Amino acid sequence: MRWALSLALLVLVILPNFLGSYLLTVFIFIFFYAYLGQAWNLLGGYGGQISLGHAAFVGVGAYTSTYLSMTYKLSPWIGMFIGGAAAALLGGVIGYLGFRFGLRGFYFILLTVAFAEICRLIVSHLEPLGGALGLFITFTGNPWQFQFSDNRSYYYIALGMMLASVAIVGAVERSRMGAYLVAIREDEDASEALGVNAFATKLAAIVLSAFLTGMGGTFYANYLFSLQPNTAFGIPLSVEIILRPIVGGSGTLVGPILGSFILSPLAEVSRAYFARGGLSGVHLIIYGSLLIAVVLFFPRGAYPYLRGLLRRLPRRGAP
Amino acid sequence: MNVTLLGQAALNGLLFGGVYSLMAVGLSLIFGVMRVINLAHGDMMVWGSYVAFFLALRLGVDPFVSFLLCAAALFSLGVLVQRGLVNRVLEAPHEMQILLMLGVALVLENLALVIFGPDTRRTESAYGLETVWLGPVFVDVARLMTFVLALAFSLALYLFLFRSDLGRLIRAAADNSYGALVIGADVGRIYTVAFGIGAACVGAAGALMSALVPFSPAAGFAQTVVSFNIVIIGGMGSLLGAFLGGILVAVAESLGAVLLVPSLKELVSFVLLVLILLFRPQGLFGRKTA
Repeated sequence: MRWALSLALLVLVILPNFLGSYLLTVFIFIFFYAYLGQAWNLLGGYGGQISLGHAAFVGVGAYTSTYLSMTYKLSPWIGMFIGGAAAALLGGVIGYLGFRFGLRGFYFILLTVAFAEICRLIVSHLEPLGGALGLFITFTGNPWQFQFSDNRSYYYIALGMMLASVAIVGAVERSRMGAYLVAIREDEDASEALGVNAFATKLAAIVLSAFLTGMGGTFYANYLFSLQPNTAFGIPLSVEIILRPIVGGSGTLVGPILGSFILSPLAEVSRAYFARGGLSGVHLIIYGSLLIAVVLFFPRGAYPYLRGLLRRLPRRGAP
Repeated sequence: MNVTLLGQAALNGLLFGGVYSLMAVGLSLIFGVMRVINLAHGDMMVWGSYVAFFLALRLGVDPFVSFLLCAAALFSLGVLVQRGLVNRVLEAPHEMQILLMLGVALVLENLALVIFGPDTRRTESAYGLETVWLGPVFVDVARLMTFVLALAFSLALYLFLFRSDLGRLIRAAADNSYGALVIGADVGRIYTVAFGIGAACVGAAGALMSALVPFSPAAGFAQTVVSFNIVIIGGMGSLLGAFLGGILVAVAESLGAVLLVPSLKELVSFVLLVLILLFRPQGLFGRKTA
């Protein structure tokens, strides 16, 4: 297993030398959405606290680092951490309000949607942040300003972010906190009866998840070179974030990555293919149908299903 | 800020509140009976609006008449969604139901986008521009009509639920589905009818609203979120709460548009929602349950 992983990693590292610019873009999106999905997975997959407002953290992180870079010439490499901290603060507020009052399930989902929408509306009306038009980053090609003339740099940064998120979430998974989170997901009341501090654990999970997602915001802004409140805080981005871990298998380390390898190319291809014919909604119809199919046929996602298949295979060959 | 302006805004909000109430009542009924969160509610509404739009455009039927046809069309859609999809996940965890409905919402919204295009539309009505002065304030006739019709539709639903046998069975299943099963009720059929009626409510609301404000496929999710705000503010599962909540939110939004910037009016209902979630999660008229 370790051997196969190392090989896969090696392939991913040398791959950009053989890819055209379009495929490079597809891979950048695969890694980036896997990263965001992994950050969501920590709270939603392991902890079972479904957030449909994670775009709020992307938006807060992106706007923070971009504003600091445009106004104070602060490098986004540093702004990234400040943006992450700002997102973590927002996550802390949402978590404190939601978990303290015991909002579960649907109520928590709605709280996250409400906060994302509140952020979107406020930012749309803040002139220093560009209002509804948003912010536009001028390209200088300065690596210190998170700008690269070679797309391969973005590729390696996105790959690095994805691997870092796997390492962080993996460490949480193996820690006491990971066990607590899973216990809360499976039965919150029972876990509390056994002495798990559900409030503190969930709060820690949403803060860490928001921090990672907020750092992703800096990449988002500097890769796209522009920020609009409706896209950076919008529900569609939140849907993109939750789909990958759920399709791949939420609550597993591999899930978000597998989900992103399935969905991101599909989204890219169908967007490019159907948008040419003016059918821009088709890829979302495919998403929707896929989501319905996953819920009806693979409610635990693709990875647990595949793992089940793989385990069964060798036994069949055994005498 | 003068009083007449505020009075005018409050009146406009109140009259607009009828469609909000109708849409929230539909959502509340579906939740109350099946405990299923209909995330596709707003998108169903947009489909109701499109049915009204094309009936007016091609056949010249006024939306104040065609809303009944739209209700019937959406009833069928609701029955299909319930029979084909929702029925299969009634026992599944809550998150799975929500994700399923999110999938339905994505399909409905983007199907509308592919078929009808992204343009903003508005249904033509003969009463679109008429107004009646009432002392210092004026009454928009179209708004008044939607209010009266939405009220009548809600009243008819109330009579159905409280005076007819099928309505009583629906309420019985909402209170205790196992108990309803024990007394010999066909719970599967009750669920189908209830989902259909919930969808019919939002279809009628969509038709009526399409004469007042422009709509587009992208508007669906925002309407879903507003419906949820209303239902939670009024109290999950309480039909009266949903009705009064609709009027409350519409008046608050209308006042917010005057007191703040018009584009910030949505903020008012979100702030209301956050306050309710924090201090009275069971809603203004809801029963206190887990």
